[in-house]
Amino acid sequence: MTARNPKPLTGKLCDDSDEITVVELCRICSVDEDLVGELIAQGILDPVNHLSGRTVLPYSSVRQTRTVIRMQRDLGVNLAGAALALELIDRIHALQSRMRR
Amino acid sequence: MDYHDYYKTMGVERDATQEEIKHAYRKLARKYHPDVTDDPEGEKRFKEVGEAYAVLKDPEKRAAYDQLGSNWQAGQDFNPPPGWDEGFEFSGPGGGDFGGSAGFEDGAYSDFFESLFGRAQAGGGFGRGGGDFGQSRDTHAHITIELSDSYSGATRTISLSDPEVTADGHVTTRKRTLNVKIPKGIKSGQTIRLAGQGVSQGSRAGDLHLEVDIRQDDRFRIDGSDVYMDLPVAPWEAALGAKLTVPVPSGNIELKVPANSNQGRKLRLKGKGIPSKQPGDFYVVLEVVLPPADSEAAKALYEQMSNEMAFDPRASVR
Repeated sequence: MTARNPKPLTGKLCDDSDEITVVELCRICSVDEDLVGELIAQGILDPVNHLSGRTVLPYSSVRQTRTVIRMQRDLGVNLAGAALALELIDRIHALQSRMRR
Repeated sequence: MDYHDYYKTMGVERDATQEEIKHAYRKLARKYHPDVTDDPEGEKRFKEVGEAYAVLKDPEKRAAYDQLGSNWQAGQDFNPPPGWDEGFEFSGPGGGDFGGSAGFEDGAYSDFFESLFGRAQAGGGFGRGGGDFGQSRDTHAHITIELSDSYSGATRTISLSDPEVTADGHVTTRKRTLNVKIPKGIKSGQTIRLAGQGVSQGSRAGDLHLEVDIRQDDRFRIDGSDVYMDLPVAPWEAALGAKLTVPVPSGNIELKVPANSNQGRKLRLKGKGIPSKQPGDFYVVLEVVLPPADSEAAKALYEQMSNEMAFDPRASVR
């Protein structure tokens, strides 16, 4: 598979305007639907409810889910603790960006 | 190969109890966890701490490590003496705390560790190609780019190591490199999703999700699509106005500083922020720098200003 100077690959740029389904998120992050349900219940993931009744999530759910998994695994925090940590990290980032202006 | 002083890494004495080691690990893991820390060295420190803990928390490994002696210095050239591990029963590198393997991908342990305890199994983790091994065929990697890459677009080579099961059931890693186009206008936190570049198992290859962050540059601050820069100016440039050349990430541009500008004045260069359909703006924030009064001529100029200018800098605080 290793090749020298192959033609550069072009990917799809994903941000929050991209939506993924719960099933897709489970596949991308190797988690089961129960965990996604708990992440939604904890308010860590913010689903977008379509009129059709289908639940979709913003693509940023991938980063959030992976962060929570790492925090659980590496720091031993439970979901509520991870939710709090994410909230505080967000607040720090918001303050940092306010300081920068 | 360099000797690693695991006790020093953990900040504990060599005779620390298992409880003290666990306590030290939890504190350090929280401090340096890459999801939590702002420290650019955080990820490296987190891995060092995880490796030290993988050894010290396991009584067999710790005892084997201890009998290498305490005369070694961190960084000293080291080769394990023959038969060094005789009489100890540890098997494999083991995982981290809390049940899983603590933030490690294959190859994340040092050569020193691997020479003593063998190679780590592939696990999820940070950095290049942390493989969620098993059913998942999507993989994740991370890349840090320069701000100028976002301005102009770039091509980057990334190295991945994918976990792979051999015919006899062992887990190994397969290394590969990919050339990836970094699209112009990409922002920190965005992801490039490369279809079919995950691990291929069975009929369909998964996708590779490449998380992108822009490296902090002391000259520039990024806020969304807007970019800010502090620009030092002389008092006369601010007072009289000036035409200056400003090094923005896309190259040099000419900037007109209006007369009577003051410290902190923000000058907006419309559309010169991070490019996109709705490009951000570039802000130059003036920072007036006073020349030192370190010569007779300079002192005379300051004195002349003091005598001739009716200026009260503290008018607003009276």
